[in-house]
Amino acid sequence: MECRSSVDIFTEWDIVAARQLGRNEAKSIGFGTVDQARITTAISELARNIYLYAGKGNIKIERTYDNNQYGITIIASDEGPGIADVRKVMNDGYSTSGGLGAGMPGVRRLMDEFNVQSEQGVGTTITAVKWLR
Amino acid sequence: MNKKMAKCIHENLDSILERWEYRMKDVEEERFFHFMPDELIDKTSREFAELMTSNLQYSEAINPEKLADFTEKVVRFGWSIKFVNKSIENFSDITFEIMEEEGVIDQSNVREYMKTFSKWISPHRNSIIDAYAVEWERTVKLQRIALQELSASLIPVFEKISVMPLVGTIDTERAKLIMENILDGVVKQRAEVVLLDITGVPVVDTMVAHHIIQAADAVRLIGAKCMLVGIRPEIAQTIVALGIELKDFTTTSTLQRGMQEALKLTNRKIVEVEN
Ligand SMILES: Nc1ncnc2c1ncn2[C@@H]1O[C@H](COP(=O)(O)OP(=O)(O)O)[C@@H](O)[C@H]1O
Ligand SMILES: [Mg+2]
Repeated sequence: MECRSSVDIFTEWDIVAARQLGRNEAKSIGFGTVDQARITTAISELARNIYLYAGKGNIKIERTYDNNQYGITIIASDEGPGIADVRKVMNDGYSTSGGLGAGMPGVRRLMDEFNVQSEQGVGTTITAVKWLR
Repeated sequence: MNKKMAKCIHENLDSILERWEYRMKDVEEERFFHFMPDELIDKTSREFAELMTSNLQYSEAINPEKLADFTEKVVRFGWSIKFVNKSIENFSDITFEIMEEEGVIDQSNVREYMKTFSKWISPHRNSIIDAYAVEWERTVKLQRIALQELSASLIPVFEKISVMPLVGTIDTERAKLIMENILDGVVKQRAEVVLLDITGVPVVDTMVAHHIIQAADAVRLIGAKCMLVGIRPEIAQTIVALGIELKDFTTTSTLQRGMQEALKLTNRKIVEVEN
């Protein structure tokens, strides 16, 4: 059982649209205020990374049901340059853009499941899940 | 030929309208007609048809004034551009059908009619699209200005204490404005403590945090102190999860607490006076 919706990321304002979509979905699944904030922030990080490093891409929000548990899945995908060393970017403070470098490790902590698939020159797909408790 | 077309359309206006309304009710995306009382639908449809045909009666060439009038009025109906487009399309389909049925158009003159027809329809469509585009651009521009106006002003609340309430989403452009306004304001207002109030910021992600940290650093450089106030509980949790260190900051959950701190820092406090 699954219900999808998605936002294409081209401009900075699409990040806001993706966030809004995620917040509405999280709310309707039944997440509380704190988890809504976590989910929205995670979407914001992933969408901004797409905007900054890949130029364009897509954020998909899915309602998930597994093992008698409801949840929300964020899928951030792009066909950008890819990430050379995934281990490195998962370290706090690593940034190639003079940013805080806290986005990727932050999203991992904000969400329950986190998976990065990236190939240089092909693109990046990041999947993150939060379960409703 | 235009006259013949116009005559045919006017004579059959009722059946054109009937078919047109029927087809427009089928336009799925638009619930517009469902909410309108029947007589209003009728009135608006008739007006639309009259506007569509008003340009046909007079001459070969489209009268620009009439076209402008048409556009202005249709825009005022408040229909979506999709709906207007569909309206024009359906209207032209139906009038064509009717003219075929009435024998105004037949094999021999169909080519010529097509030409006249598209000369009549295209300007209407183009004019509408132009008008919507202009209207849309204007709206976006105004909203941008409105957003900028409400962006970031530093308010001198007490001597030496200024507050910047941040409301809404912070993008790169606004972040720049915030920084400029803080630095400008601190100097002008001789502020010693700046309270940055994020109560109204919906999401504090690493970019927003980064800008806040930079603003605070800059404030420090010009000899004042920056406090981050209005941190809602859920925002506090996400900031922690992101691993963002705000150790150089005084932070408080509410503006009120922040103000008390700021007064303390400037060796003052608020006391109640007895009567
Ligand atoms: N979608 C992506 N495509 C390519 N590189 C990325 C992508 N997302 C993140 N990165 C790389 O990972 C680094 C760390 O990202 P992040 O943790 O969000 O910190 P920051 O955005 O502040 O640099 C970025 O500086 C960038 O080099
Ligand atoms: Mg980032």
